Amino acid sequence: MTMIFGVPLAVFMGQLMLGLINGAFYALLSLGLAVIFGLLKIINFAHGAQYMLGAFAAMLALEYLGINYWAALLLVPLVVGALGVVIERLVLRRIAHLDHLYGLLLTYGLALIFEGTLINIFGVSGSSYPTPEALQGGLNLGFMFLPTYRAWVLVAALVVCGGTWFIIERTRLGAYLRAGTENPALMQAFGVNVPQLITLTYGFGVALAAFAGVLAAPLYPVSPTMGSSLLIVVFAVVVIGGMGSILGAIITGLAMGLIEGLTKVYYPEAANTVIFLVMILVLLLRPSGLFGKEA
Amino acid sequence: MATTQHLTPAMQRQRSARLRRNMLYLVLLALALLAPLAIYPVFLMKVLCFALFACAFNLLLGYAGLLSFGHAAFLATGGYFTGIMLSSYPGLTPEAGILIGTLAAVVLGTFFGVLSIRRQGIYFAMVTLALAQMVYFFFIQAPFTGGEDGLHGVPRGELFGMISLSDNLPMYYFVLTIFVIGFAIIQRTVHSPFGQVLKAIRENEPRAVSLGYNVDAYKLVAFVISAGLAGLAGSTKTVVFQLASLTDAHWHMSGEVILMTLLGGVGTLFGPVVGAGLVVSLQTQLAQSPLGNWVSVILGAIFVICVLSFRSGIVGEIGKLVRKNFK
Repeated sequence: MTMIFGVPLAVFMGQLMLGLINGAFYALLSLGLAVIFGLLKIINFAHGAQYMLGAFAAMLALEYLGINYWAALLLVPLVVGALGVVIERLVLRRIAHLDHLYGLLLTYGLALIFEGTLINIFGVSGSSYPTPEALQGGLNLGFMFLPTYRAWVLVAALVVCGGTWFIIERTRLGAYLRAGTENPALMQAFGVNVPQLITLTYGFGVALAAFAGVLAAPLYPVSPTMGSSLLIVVFAVVVIGGMGSILGAIITGLAMGLIEGLTKVYYPEAANTVIFLVMILVLLLRPSGLFGKEA
Repeated sequence: MATTQHLTPAMQRQRSARLRRNMLYLVLLALALLAPLAIYPVFLMKVLCFALFACAFNLLLGYAGLLSFGHAAFLATGGYFTGIMLSSYPGLTPEAGILIGTLAAVVLGTFFGVLSIRRQGIYFAMVTLALAQMVYFFFIQAPFTGGEDGLHGVPRGELFGMISLSDNLPMYYFVLTIFVIGFAIIQRTVHSPFGQVLKAIRENEPRAVSLGYNVDAYKLVAFVISAGLAGLAGSTKTVVFQLASLTDAHWHMSGEVILMTLLGGVGTLFGPVVGAGLVVSLQTQLAQSPLGNWVSVILGAIFVICVLSFRSGIVGEIGKLVRKNFK
């Protein structure tokens, strides 16, 4: 059997694959955070809760409405995104003129409300969401066994990340978005409806989180607390990458997933903390983050 | 009488304000000394520990404008180190245990501070949160913290080897003394030239830099003082409850201390004390009621309300009223 530094190739590749999957979620979530931060200048602390809401919505839709996975993948981001639009309109807009730290505190409060409510209804123990039939089973690649669903998650996450990059960097709407990030007042003077753009942007960021949630539902136990611990890791990823570029968020997310996977192979005790250690290293060597612009 | 005539009106106002402030301190101290006659001392001690924790946090947010989302790490580090020392060395007196816990928090605070002040604003909050999460994982995995169970049965011991703290009343006065010392340190820090520079940094950092202040050094010192006092609060709490647990290290705790400060009034000396009192009372009351499971939802709702329409907090709003009506 082929060994890589004393670890069987199949185990090595398996862990790397798991790391890459985690990385895909880091990328999707930090991308959403970066999109929201770009225009609203706030860190959406409710992002983890919105990811969790995505997974829950998919599960409840299947259980009570019979909506299958594929429909949920499309509908749930729309519904949770609409919730995001409502949140932006009702509360975030009121504090837009204040210090942006208030946005962080407000969304933290919202996250507590979402999480606490769902804990009271469903309890903390997770339930499982069945893998859709078309994606059951796996492929034998010769050197490792690749479950189809994991391959699909990776592809779907990459396509959505790439699509987001394309919208923001290559379309007119994206040009508005980037211009709004630079100078919203000037944009408004040119007749662009900036408040509406902000609402849509927040909704889109939230929809991304919900999409990640639906993708995650068949992989991880669906529980009210699934988002919060993930979010802290994503924050570290964001600090590492900096929020300057879309591509930077995607690359950093995937890379951190891989590093985490590798650590699991060689030194499992540190798997929880390795991303935080990378963050410390980046803060020491390049404080503005790998892809960051500002100090 | 002759000396007062030479004072300008501004100086007179300042002097009378200081007099009023000292009177207020005396009245509050008297109330605190008599409080155990009316209220259960263990509850009072819990409030005092969290009040000190919130005051320490407020030094950073209210006066230096730095929002730390990782202060639970210092509370827990203080608590765990004190707990470990007092459990493993029976000869150690509680004040020595508390001192060691506080020192541990100071060391950790220096490390956190050096890293986190490299970023500002929102990034600062995220960095502190991530670092604190690392500390949380460390405490889960470390062989000497009791993992998920925490450390139980930490002995309260005898103060200076003489006064037994096993009764709640002497324990209360010991905790009150610690709180008063901690509060005095914060009060002196805020009203010193150092505190003035901190406020200048909070208001306009580039200007403070251009005036020649070493902004990073000021921020770091403020961070370390804040971390040390948070550790002091955690250490004291461990001695009171004879317990150090993971709850103190969890990021919910970092959120709670923000809420206490926000609710009471960011950047006011007494705000965090009032906020801590309210949040602890609320938690204690709710825990006994049918709403017990809804604590975090209610705290979240208070968060939202505070940010939306009550940003000065209770003490801040009272201060505004007083200034408006008694000028």
